[in-house]
Amino acid sequence: MTVDLSADLCGVRLRTPVLAASGCFGFGREMAGWVDLAALGGIVTKSVSLEPRRGRPTPRVAETPSGMLNAIGLQNPGVEAFCAGDLRFLADAGATVVASLVGRTPGEFGQLADRLDGEPGVALVELNLSCPNVEHRGEVFATDPAAAAEVVRAVKQATSTPVLAKLTADVTDLVAVARAVVDAGADGLTLINTLLGMAVDVGRRRPRLAAVTGGLSGPAIRPVAVRCVWQVAQALPGVPIVGTGGVVTGEDAAELLLVGATAVAVGTGSFLNPRAVVEVAEGLERYLDAQGAGSPAELPAMFKAER
Amino acid sequence: MSPVRELCEVLERRRVGEYQALTLAAPQIAATARPGQFVHLLAGEDRSFPLRRPFSIHRIERPGGPGGSVEVVFDVVGAGTRALAGLRPHDVVDALGPLGRAFDPPETPAGCLLVGGGYGTAPLFFLATELRARRCRVDFVIGAATAGRLLHAMEAERLGHSLTVTTDDGSAGRRGLVTDPLPELLAGTGAERVYACGPMPMLAAVSRVAAAAGVACQVAVEEQMACGTGICFSCVLPVGPGTPTRMARSCLEGPVFDGAAIAWAELGYPELEPAG
Repeated sequence: MTVDLSADLCGVRLRTPVLAASGCFGFGREMAGWVDLAALGGIVTKSVSLEPRRGRPTPRVAETPSGMLNAIGLQNPGVEAFCAGDLRFLADAGATVVASLVGRTPGEFGQLADRLDGEPGVALVELNLSCPNVEHRGEVFATDPAAAAEVVRAVKQATSTPVLAKLTADVTDLVAVARAVVDAGADGLTLINTLLGMAVDVGRRRPRLAAVTGGLSGPAIRPVAVRCVWQVAQALPGVPIVGTGGVVTGEDAAELLLVGATAVAVGTGSFLNPRAVVEVAEGLERYLDAQGAGSPAELPAMFKAER
Repeated sequence: MSPVRELCEVLERRRVGEYQALTLAAPQIAATARPGQFVHLLAGEDRSFPLRRPFSIHRIERPGGPGGSVEVVFDVVGAGTRALAGLRPHDVVDALGPLGRAFDPPETPAGCLLVGGGYGTAPLFFLATELRARRCRVDFVIGAATAGRLLHAMEAERLGHSLTVTTDDGSAGRRGLVTDPLPELLAGTGAERVYACGPMPMLAAVSRVAAAAGVACQVAVEEQMACGTGICFSCVLPVGPGTPTRMARSCLEGPVFDGAAIAWAELGYPELEPAG
C-alpha cells in the first residue's frame, strides 16, 4: 500500500503533515544548508512583530529533564525586514510559509496581518497568542478567551489568509479559549506553546535564566500536548489542529495525529537534529505504512479511545 | 562549505592536565574545518533528550581519505561534559560541524600574538599551525588559574616563537593575569594581530589592550547555546558598529568576532579606548 503523506490544513495543501514549529527553525533561511526547504510540510517562522525586538539578556536557555527552558524574548528584525529578506528567500525557495505574528495589542496583530496580506509565499498566518516570554502576562492573550478572540477578530478583518491561533496549556479551561477563538473566526488552532517554567542554579542560588522564568519545551511536555489536542478535538470536532510539543520521531507525530491533530510541528527536536522535520516525516510515513493507513488524515478514525 | 552531521567513532579520550581531550573520527568535518570553528556534540542515545555541547576544534588530522579526525579539549563542569568524559574508544558521538566563523588569518605574513586562557587555549594550536603554514610569526601567551589548568604549554613553546605563561596563583610562569604582559609583548614582538580565546572577562581585557595599542584583535567567545545552527537565538551577544547594537548569534556570526565589534559596555565591561 502506498502512503500519501500530504495533508490539507485549512484548505492549504501540505506536502507532509510535519511542519517546523515557530521559534525552533529561525526564519527558515538558516536551515537551507541542512534540508530542502521546499520538501517540508511547512515552515512556521519565528514570530515577527511590527518593530524589531532585541529579545532578552543571556542566559536564554537552560537544559532541564527531557527538555529545556528558553527565554529568548521574541528577538526578530521586525515585519519590514522580514518581508524584504527572509520571506522573499523562503518564497523563492518554494517553501510553504506559515508566518507567525506577535503583537502587544489586537491592533498590532491586525496591522501585521494587513502588512502580510497578499505577500507572495505566505500560505497561512499563525497568531502567537501564548509566548510566555513577554513583559506582562497581559500580552499572553491566550490566557483569556475574550482577549484572544479580540485578536483573532482584528486579524480576520485584515487578511484573507487562513489563520491559526496558537494557544497555551497554561490555563484552567483550554476548551473555552479554543472555542472563543474559533467563534471569532480562527480557521485552525496550534496546540501547544511552551509551558511557563523556572529552574534554579542551586550552587549559585539564582535563576538559571536571565529572565528568571521561561518556556518549557521538548519531550517533557509531549503528554501535555497530546492531552490538549485530545480535549480540544473532542470538544470542537472538525477544527483543524496543528499539534506541537516534544515531537522528535515519527511515532511522536503519530501520537498527536491519532488524538485528532491535522498536522504536527517539530520544535525543540530541530535543535538536536537539524534534519528532524524531514526525519519525523519519514518516520511517520513508515508508521502509516506499518499501520495500514493510506494517509495521515485516516489516523483519528483509527484511534481506539477505550483501552 | 556547509556543515554536516557526522556519526563519529571515539578514537581516544585522555586526560590533559585537569582537562579532558576527545579525539573523534570525523573525516567530513576534518576535511573543511578551519581554526576557530566548532563542533556541536551529542553523546549516546539518551532518552532523556540532553542538548548538544559546543567545543572549539583543538586539532585536526587530515591524512586524506577516510582517516580525518577532530580533537576537542574540555573541562568537566556538568552533566554533559561528564558524559563526554566517560566515553571510551569505539563509542559513537553525533557531531555537527564545522560550525561558525573561523579566525581570519592575515593576508600577508605578519606577527601574531595568540592569547589563551584555561581550556580556551584549545583552538589556538589549530590556529598557530595554520598561521605558521602562512609564514606568520606566532608568539603565545597562555594563562590559567593554576599550573594544572594550563593547556599544552610545552606544545605552545614548540609551535611559538616565544611563550609567556601566567597563573593566578604563581604556580607556573608569572603570577597574575594573562593580560598583564600583553602591552610589553605587543611592543616587543611588533605583532600586527592578536587572536584570543578564553573566558569573557579575559576577552574583554585583551580586546581593550589591543585596541589601546592599535592592533587588530579577534576573539573566540564561548556562549551557552542550544542548536548551534542559528535557529534558537540563545547564544547572542551585542555587537556594533553603531547604536543600537545588534544581538548577533555567536553560532553563525561567531564564535570569532572582532574584539572591537563587541559592545563590551553592554556586557558590563569597560568600553574600548582605541589608540589615537
